[in-house]
Amino acid sequence: MQPTTAPAKPQFSPAAQAEIKRIISRYPAERSKSALLPLLHIAQAEFGGWVSPEVQDLVAETLNIRPIEVYEVATFYTMYNLKPVGQHVLEICRTGPCMLRGSDELTAHLERLTGAKVGETSPDGHFTLKEVECLAACGFAPVVQVREQYYESLDTPEAVDAMLSELRGQIHRPILPWEETGLPTSLQNN
Amino acid sequence: MGRKLLTEHVNVEGIETFEVYRKHGGYRAVEKALKTMTPEEVVDEVKKSGLRGRGGAGFPTGMKWSFLAKPEGVPRYLVCNADESEPGTFKDRYLMSKLPHLLIEGMIAGSYALGARTSYIYIRGELLYVLRILEKAIAEAYAAGFLGENILGSGYSLDLYVHPGAGAYICGEETALLESLEGKRGNPRNKPPFPAVQGLYARPTVVNNVESIASVVPILNDGGDEYAKLGVGKSTGTKLFSACGHLNKPGIYELELGLPVEEFIYSDEYCGGIWKGRELKAVVAGGSSVPILPKELILKTAAGENRLMTYESLSDGGFVTGTMLGSGGFIAMDETTCIVKNTWNFSRFYHHESCGQCSPCREGTGWLEKVLHRLEHGHGSMHDIDLVVSVAKQIEGNTICPLGEAAAWPVAAAVRHFRDEFEWHVKHPKEATQPGAVYRGAGVLV
Ligand SMILES: Cc1cc2nc3c(=O)[nH]c(=O)nc-3n(C[C@H](O)[C@H](O)[C@H](O)COP(=O)(O)O)c2cc1C
Ligand code: SF4
Ligand code: FES
Repeated sequence: MQPTTAPAKPQFSPAAQAEIKRIISRYPAERSKSALLPLLHIAQAEFGGWVSPEVQDLVAETLNIRPIEVYEVATFYTMYNLKPVGQHVLEICRTGPCMLRGSDELTAHLERLTGAKVGETSPDGHFTLKEVECLAACGFAPVVQVREQYYESLDTPEAVDAMLSELRGQIHRPILPWEETGLPTSLQNN
Repeated sequence: MGRKLLTEHVNVEGIETFEVYRKHGGYRAVEKALKTMTPEEVVDEVKKSGLRGRGGAGFPTGMKWSFLAKPEGVPRYLVCNADESEPGTFKDRYLMSKLPHLLIEGMIAGSYALGARTSYIYIRGELLYVLRILEKAIAEAYAAGFLGENILGSGYSLDLYVHPGAGAYICGEETALLESLEGKRGNPRNKPPFPAVQGLYARPTVVNNVESIASVVPILNDGGDEYAKLGVGKSTGTKLFSACGHLNKPGIYELELGLPVEEFIYSDEYCGGIWKGRELKAVVAGGSSVPILPKELILKTAAGENRLMTYESLSDGGFVTGTMLGSGGFIAMDETTCIVKNTWNFSRFYHHESCGQCSPCREGTGWLEKVLHRLEHGHGSMHDIDLVVSVAKQIEGNTICPLGEAAAWPVAAAVRHFRDEFEWHVKHPKEATQPGAVYRGAGVLV
């Protein structure tokens, strides 16, 4: 029998650990479980855009809670990806107001351009398409979220191309939760 | 243009910074409250203002504050509901990212009024970039002595934190929000006990919408009586409306309550009419959970009076011919909109967002989505139309939280006002499933 090597146990980087400490201090000492959602966000950003069972175990250990308490939360909230994802996850809003302004057409267009269907990752590994519900940007529909960035008014091929080429130009590295991103254009100029 | 109390300075360069916000009169409300008023007096001012909760239910904020239990030696909390996930609603995101200090100022004044020493802003996880904006502003407020120990030498101390959700509409429901803030699944709690008695960490808690809390600032600056002079009847003050759908100028508008709906839709000062020169067909006036109304009934009440942007006028006629102001999420649909498709889309939303705790909601929203999908795709029967109405009825009143009703009302209203369009889908499945096909009235195909 081949000896099997266990995969290296994930560890938070020192920067993440400092951020985690800061977050836990916001809640009463006996209520540190409150930090679970923010910690899962940090973990997802640190470990490639998804939370594997091992990463969820690490979060449980960090908060000193049972793993099941993390699993039941990670599976409840739609922002946590439970499977590996591409370099960019395009979260396309599919709800009524976006549908009224062309989100169905946008989804079909993105499927053609990326070669991935909703729920899949493109063959080049660049893009995962995910449909989501209302992103609170209905007046600037249709809308796609990529990590912390909102791309709005994607109702022309030019706007979609601009988004994709911007994303293609970004070298893949996790954008850590404490790094700032810019304002969506709709909020810059109105 | 009517008076603006919240967004007056929204376009001032740098208003998101402490310095510029302060220069434009920021933090006067906190100074006034902490230096010259008792907490009870702050609550009284809010009561006098007539402010009604801007999160959707419209419950009077001052009254909610006066219900908070105050047992000796037990901490109390003020939690801001910044979950903003009701389809059609995008005002809180705007307010927080443009005017973070307005919310922070409201949180300080509100926390003082309620005697909270730690307060949280629960923001939906998708808005992590807004969380950063708020955290930066909070750090500025600490540095300026408006947060932390012994604020302005008043002896009052407050810590304020922002907490992200992670994608779940149900966490906008206040008890689900508290569960989520405790690091759990967002399952709404059975009530009673109400949060005013047992909320966050089983302590007395007030949960208020972002805009409600921000509105406390002008109320304290001008006085509750002055605030109450704006608006019509029990709809006092100003309110943010987020307009979307088929409008020429979708966006966020602060209105003095009482503007005629017609003016809001068609005036160039506001939404500028329906896009592409088309006709208006229907409006969902207060976020996806409220009943849809056809053009005739959104512009005029059944009695023929002008419909106004107030709580009372929008609900005139009850659910038979009226709707609700809700969250102020105003969704306009033009003549090319398929009501069946839209109703199915919203049902899919509610089914997706049901937490699954109660079977009438879990199963009922699933049925609504399934049967409406069938109707929209030309496989439905006449019986299906009655079926969705009866499923909607069975959800109503039989659930732990109001998400059930939020799913049921829009379906019941769509069938009530657009029954012939549903029937057309059944009778003419071939035509109805053509791309872009729309029912335009009896006998008219596409
Ligand atoms: C399913 C559901 C979703 C809700 N979503 C929100 C929301 O996103 N934001 C909000 O302020 N209130 C929301 N509410 C209403 C809250 O439960 C609560 O009434 C409100 O935050 C109270 O604040 P207010 O009195 O200032 O309006 C929701 C209610 C339900 C039932
Ligand atoms: S009504 Fe629906 S969302 Fe609300 S508690 Fe019940 S199952 Fe959950
Ligand atoms: S419906 Fe897409 S952002 Fe609201």
